[in-house]
Amino acid sequence: MIRTAPRRLVDYAPIAWPALMLVLFFVLPFGLMLAVSFFRRVPGGFYQPDFVLANYARFLTAFFGNVLGFSLGLALLVAVIAVALAFPFTYLLSRMRRRQQVPWLVFLLAVLSLSEVIIGFSWSTLLSRTAGVTNLLVLIGLMDQPVSLSPGFGAVLTGMTYQAFPYAVLVLYPSLSRLDPTLTEAARTLGASPLRSFFTVVVPALRNAILATVIMVFVFALGSYLLPQLLGRPQQWTLSVLITDQAIYQSNMPFAAAMAVFLVLVSLALVVLSTLLGQKEGRT
Amino acid sequence: MIARFAIRLFLAAMALLLAAPLAVVAGVSINEKKSLTFPPQGFSLAWYGEIFAEAGWRNALFASLGIALASAALAVIVALPLAWFLWRRHAPWARLVQLLGFAPFVLPPVITALGFLSFWNAAGFYGAAWTVVISHGIFFVTLPLVTLTLGFEAIDGSLVEAAATMGADEPTILRTVVLPLILPYMISGFAFAFVLSLNEYIVAYMTVGFTVETLPIRIFNSLRYGYTPTMAAVAVLFVVIAAVVFGLVARFGDLPKLLGAWSPRED
Repeated sequence: MIRTAPRRLVDYAPIAWPALMLVLFFVLPFGLMLAVSFFRRVPGGFYQPDFVLANYARFLTAFFGNVLGFSLGLALLVAVIAVALAFPFTYLLSRMRRRQQVPWLVFLLAVLSLSEVIIGFSWSTLLSRTAGVTNLLVLIGLMDQPVSLSPGFGAVLTGMTYQAFPYAVLVLYPSLSRLDPTLTEAARTLGASPLRSFFTVVVPALRNAILATVIMVFVFALGSYLLPQLLGRPQQWTLSVLITDQAIYQSNMPFAAAMAVFLVLVSLALVVLSTLLGQKEGRT
Repeated sequence: MIARFAIRLFLAAMALLLAAPLAVVAGVSINEKKSLTFPPQGFSLAWYGEIFAEAGWRNALFASLGIALASAALAVIVALPLAWFLWRRHAPWARLVQLLGFAPFVLPPVITALGFLSFWNAAGFYGAAWTVVISHGIFFVTLPLVTLTLGFEAIDGSLVEAAATMGADEPTILRTVVLPLILPYMISGFAFAFVLSLNEYIVAYMTVGFTVETLPIRIFNSLRYGYTPTMAAVAVLFVVIAAVVFGLVARFGDLPKLLGAWSPRED
């Protein structure tokens, strides 16, 4: 099929509409947010146009430094755990017959699409005293009485990993299901055990894909805005929670926007990095 | 033998972990009394009835469904010409527009939400119900864009050539050859956007949070006043809707291929 370059004005018509929509409702809001991050906050009101760096200067406080450090550390921990579980899982999934894969994929998509509100609600129920998992432990005699496991750091970590796991699987799925099966067959023929061929052939072959997935899941976990709120205590609040809090409850849009701009920069840098890793994989 | 057993065990453990919170929520949703206990005491489906009987939940359900249908349609309408153009025309700069279409989904959602909040506020429409439809339509445009891009790539170019050789002009080719082939991908893109919009909280909250109550917003708002079995019933409803929609996509389309696996081998 020959793809022709657009020449006449009418040839450009099909892309004009999506381009207009995306510029108007994505680029413009984005630019506006960037502008607001330099605006001056009006106490009691919203904000007024100005050019101040005060919103960014607040990054230098110890409180913000703590939140940032905690957010990055938590997201990294979630990403590493989720990918460590998702990689062998996705490998096994991609080796199943197609018919067997489908129910798993439907299940994973259903969990992935669940609202953070529902994931938070479900885990806080599962970890609660009245309906929680400790009731089962009491039932089988391992514990004396049910206890509450939420809120707390463990609950936040569990909830966020739960949310990130299906995402990690679906990011890994294309590269794992396209992995040449003769690679592992060759290793098996040469006498390697399945476990050994997994670690010495599959994992090294997809080193870049794994790293790229860790970065993608890291960005995904950075975006979690409700789980730290629903399953954690205020000291476990992350940057995303803080942005929401400042924008909605403190009515400090300029500061919220400045934090959001910062979050965009971190995320973009990481996404570009993971894309570069992915391209490197494609070439070799 | 041991290896196979270990694999089974690992897969079963993952399935259990993924299902556990949903199972507990399903359990508490059938409690007879208005309390969250697990294992459930008694059996009652009254809490599911409550979603439809109680005006607040019913309105939230219909608001969510309406927003999800409209915004998924908008997402497809924006993504379709873009994906077609990228496939049919040679224009490297158009990749930039494609990149814009991918951006909302890759960035943390709170950023897009905050962008919309500033935008609708500046435009003077903050709180108007229709703003959330446009916001969700743009936020989820990535999904139909991905499925449609895959769909166009899957079209055999010689079909288009053949139609052109027989004298069909571009609109005729589009109507008689391309659209029928692309339809399954349109539907799956719509389905993905629909389910995600139904579940979306932060963009909806920051655009119409104080004027329209969607189901996720209502659940979050009621969490403050304590947990009720109705909330659990709504959560189960969400899981069921997602599973049914994705199940249908899998039934009528090739889900592994949509998610990036190669087309099935001949064996």
